[in-house]
Amino acid sequence: MKVKKTPLYDTHVALGARMVEFAGWQMPVQYSGVIEEHLAVRSACGLFDVSHMGEIEVYGKGALEFVQRITTNDAGRVVDGQCQYTLLCRPDGGVVDDTIIYRFNSERVIFCVNASNTAKAFDWINAQQRPSTVTVEDVSSAYAQIALQGPRSAEVIAGLIDVKPAKIKPFHFVMAVVAGCDAVVSRTGYTGEDGFEIYCEPDEAVTVWQALMEAGRRCGIFAVGLAARDTLRLEMGYSLYGHELGDDITPLEAGLDRYVRLDKPEFVGKDALVSQKGPNGGLKKRLIAFTLTGPGVPRQGYDITVNGAKAGAVTSGTMSPSLRIGIGMGFIDAGIKDTAGLAVVIRNRPVQAQTATLPFYNKKMAGAH
Amino acid sequence: MDFPKDLKYTKEHEWVKLDGNVATVGITDYAQDSLGDVVYVELPQEGGTVTKNEPFGVVESVKAVSDLYSPISGSVTEVNDAIVDTPEAINEDPYGDAWMIKVDVASLDELDDLMSADEYQKFIEEEK
Repeated sequence: MKVKKTPLYDTHVALGARMVEFAGWQMPVQYSGVIEEHLAVRSACGLFDVSHMGEIEVYGKGALEFVQRITTNDAGRVVDGQCQYTLLCRPDGGVVDDTIIYRFNSERVIFCVNASNTAKAFDWINAQQRPSTVTVEDVSSAYAQIALQGPRSAEVIAGLIDVKPAKIKPFHFVMAVVAGCDAVVSRTGYTGEDGFEIYCEPDEAVTVWQALMEAGRRCGIFAVGLAARDTLRLEMGYSLYGHELGDDITPLEAGLDRYVRLDKPEFVGKDALVSQKGPNGGLKKRLIAFTLTGPGVPRQGYDITVNGAKAGAVTSGTMSPSLRIGIGMGFIDAGIKDTAGLAVVIRNRPVQAQTATLPFYNKKMAGAH
Repeated sequence: MDFPKDLKYTKEHEWVKLDGNVATVGITDYAQDSLGDVVYVELPQEGGTVTKNEPFGVVESVKAVSDLYSPISGSVTEVNDAIVDTPEAINEDPYGDAWMIKVDVASLDELDDLMSADEYQKFIEEEK
């Protein structure tokens, strides 16, 4: 398969980005340096090209009811112009993808899905039983996506958008004009900071990007690559498909209970999830978050031990740029209740760790605000 | 990118500076640039031994783990513990402050197959 380029490819190269292949796309992994980019998003703002993300549109009479039946969160609580984090599950409870849905109205909903899962998610959604009035379409090629993230994001976008940023509430979106270009702008992101995700026509992505970089200059904006996107999401404890989520992992095992509404009517995967949550508890593994108390950097695949016995494995790990300690997440056997004696095995040597509550990072901790 | 003329270089991107019988070892400017921000380094104990072409430590960037390969065999006479606390020095000054170990070289012949600055520069051009 040919590796795809986003409309911003030449822009990244001109900025000196290091390009890597990710999920079939040539993407910038870093520009000036991952730590500098990460800290810019925490203290000021950063701009990300996330055009590799997929968009799947479900439209027609009965669209919302269809969405409600194939997702775990309660899509019935979402109003026009609102977004919701939710999951697509298989009948056995395994996760097809995690996604954010955008409700334009009850007859038009767009799923923003992971780049690595776009084709799979489309095939899955398209294969689900639905009224003939509901159409499922992969509209990924119709959108470029740019994420502006960081505490100064509203200040940066204010002069470029025809809507007051304060009118766009967290997890809501508007149709707006940004730098002269029609766009869907949501107050969402994957960093834990305030920010906006801007969906525009691919032809206009460079215009939107350049205008935001220019407007952000006095705020200290940085172009930010995938490496810092990963460390930023990990400091928040956000799941990443392929790490904390997968076809063989249920949302309950991943600790995403609050996005699984077992009290709503029938949805795909409900029966399996209900029985997993039930008194006989089908949970085989559970996700923990941890910090290392010894030196080292936890990495995906490293063993997790409790009192010297193998308990599980790391799914994501890094040296936190904000906290300057090793942080990570991983699955351990659900039977293990006491995690005193937790360690991560780094090059055959157990390094002491302790469980952490998420997020790893918050503003208070950093003393930034 | 900088390649000091008075150093010898390995294909694994370490440098060696010989002073009498003592070799100072570190990683090259090219290596630190390829790694990106270095966040962790693990070095051998003073008094230990290192073996030519064998790992003597580990350097980790945000994204990746890399072994450090010793360009020479001998006993470790000094370890730069300062960079364990400030691994970012490896990005900032790979040939200076961020030297890694000093080795009492067992056999100076072992330096013969290392590359000169010009040879190393040519080597990384071809590797790209």
